[in-house]
Amino acid sequence: MNRKKRLRCAAGFGSLILLLGLFLLLNMMIGSTHLAWHEIVQAFKAEGDILNRSILFAIRMPRLLAAALLGGALAVSGFLLQTFFANPIAGPFVLGISSSAKLVVAMTMIFCLGHRIPISSFVLIGAAFAGAMLCMGAILLASARLRSMSLLIVCGVMIGYICTAITDIMVTFADDSNIVNLHNWSLGSFSSMDMEDVATAALVILPALAIAFLLAKPMGAYQLGEAYARSMGVAIRRFRVELILVSSLLSAVVTSYAGPISFVGIAVPHLVKQLFGTAKPLIMVPACFLGGAVFCLGCDLIARTAFAPADISISTVTAVFGVPVVIAMLLKRGKSRE
Amino acid sequence: MNEIICRAGALYAGYGGKAVVKNVSLEAAEGQVVALVGPNGAGKSTLLKTLIGQLPVIAGEVSLCGQDIKRIGEKEIARLCAAVLTEKPSPELMTCAEVAEAGRYPYTGRLGLLRKEDREKAEEAMRLTGTWELWDRPFRQVSDGQRQMVLLSRALCQEPRLLVLDEPTSFLDIRHKLDFLLLLRSLARERRLAIILSLHELDLAQKFSDRVVCLKEGAVDRAGEPEEIFAGHYIEELYDVRSGSYDSRFGSVEPLKTGREPKVFVIGGGGSGISLYRKLYRSGIPFAAGILPENDMDMPVAEALAERVFSSPSFESIKPGAVDEAITCLAACERLYCCRESFGEQDRENRRLLDWAEKRKIPVVFYSSIQK
Repeated sequence: MNRKKRLRCAAGFGSLILLLGLFLLLNMMIGSTHLAWHEIVQAFKAEGDILNRSILFAIRMPRLLAAALLGGALAVSGFLLQTFFANPIAGPFVLGISSSAKLVVAMTMIFCLGHRIPISSFVLIGAAFAGAMLCMGAILLASARLRSMSLLIVCGVMIGYICTAITDIMVTFADDSNIVNLHNWSLGSFSSMDMEDVATAALVILPALAIAFLLAKPMGAYQLGEAYARSMGVAIRRFRVELILVSSLLSAVVTSYAGPISFVGIAVPHLVKQLFGTAKPLIMVPACFLGGAVFCLGCDLIARTAFAPADISISTVTAVFGVPVVIAMLLKRGKSRE
Repeated sequence: MNEIICRAGALYAGYGGKAVVKNVSLEAAEGQVVALVGPNGAGKSTLLKTLIGQLPVIAGEVSLCGQDIKRIGEKEIARLCAAVLTEKPSPELMTCAEVAEAGRYPYTGRLGLLRKEDREKAEEAMRLTGTWELWDRPFRQVSDGQRQMVLLSRALCQEPRLLVLDEPTSFLDIRHKLDFLLLLRSLARERRLAIILSLHELDLAQKFSDRVVCLKEGAVDRAGEPEEIFAGHYIEELYDVRSGSYDSRFGSVEPLKTGREPKVFVIGGGGSGISLYRKLYRSGIPFAAGILPENDMDMPVAEALAERVFSSPSFESIKPGAVDEAITCLAACERLYCCRESFGEQDRENRRLLDWAEKRKIPVVFYSSIQK
């Protein structure tokens, strides 16, 4: 029944919000210094131990907010790309968009550090966006020639490898004390963000998400194929441009702050679809955002604590949890095709 | 006077500025079913895509309800015309009802939320196409025939005045072909829709359309009522058929005969010979068929497959002269098949062929087309 569907959606959103709350709390509590529930409550009331407060607000808060915000953005970006290419394994990482954004950011950083030019967040976001658009352009050119979706994905993976290789070479030969930072960043991590960065990221991500949400209607039509979408009155050219810009912008912001993060863009939309039993964009956009936030909060918790005090890169953890999901999805698709 | 819904005038259209469709003019009025026929690559799909505004008009004009298609926006076009295309959508996790409801697109608001009225329209369309019981089934999991019906419901949800369909029946079984085309006819009649569709099933085009437009190499080769188009050998000409023949009266296709001397002679008539003709043809045995009244139902098949056909004027008894002619042919044959169990007033003379063969010790086989 329609009511059944609505119930399922409500249950889906309910459980995601619950999980989000749970992971936010866990991320506040767990770390090298364990904070108990009452200590967190105290800190929020601006009471209690000053050290606890600074741990919570200066260290843990920006990081968990970043994980939630950027993770959500990444998942939405993945969903947009999957809709655009009508392929469930398209995503910012697989198509090489993250890696090429990373390359341009690294180039910008090295250039600025070398010439002692101060780098603002917006410059980095701009650089990442330029990189993302470069890769997107290449992919679109390839997609005009390649009819097969799988070849296009292979193309994206290749672009990703080239970009990663060039970044590695540049990082290796750049001689600056900041290179350690650069190296950490290029592997992917939420650790380098402060509250100001989070605010800047939110300033870009939230409007982009709003636009993505407003694109839900044409996206729904586009799921029936381009020709049908056109026959229903979708202004296809404008829609495609908007979709590409928004998805590239979202993955660019993530990359400029946290480096390339793998598989969130594919695994989360798939899991969310299964949870909600629908692929309706109007539901998927907010649900993917929540799902991505939960997923990245969980993964970052593991990245911080599994081998504490050492951080492992976030991409390592997302790959460990994301890849099985992607493989399961591919196997299921292969089976249903027979 | 019925309103003209769709009109193309001296239209040139194609891809990348290169005209595939050249100088095409056609019209579809409300309540009218117009069928596009023609060989593969003749430009049927290109023409249809141009009519619904998916391909640019290079020269000439296309108008919908009297308005130039270049001057009306996407949304307005979507409210005037809907399409069932050759693309096969495979939307993830979408139910049949959701696919149909997608057709409400040009009527919903910014977020595409459906009002009660929209859902009711979708239900009505699905009931009309007989797919309502599938409403919560995943679209990917229903059969080709059902999917096509759901896509038609989707098109109807757009409440169009023009319905454009590109080879809508190509992948359907015979029952669904019939259901689908009958439904189109009733939509044209009752909802006053103008319908333009391309068809490869010529027999169906002949039976279900009001007008037939024949495209060849991008231009209109001939257009008119089915009775004008499906006459004589025009269809063979249109499709450049070389390896067989097309019988316009019955819409049946027959392969080409081999052109060798007949080895066996078949006495048929009244439909008794057809299955043997086909069997012999399949086995590669050249045969002669006789003696058939010209209006006999065995005639069309015999003419297509038999190396020689002996016939006599309709409604008259077979003339002795015709028998003599047949005997000269029979003399060179190795065997005589007789499909008739008894002879009647008009084909009594065939008996002489039988007697002659028995006298000449030519083996005679009695063949019954009815499997016992």
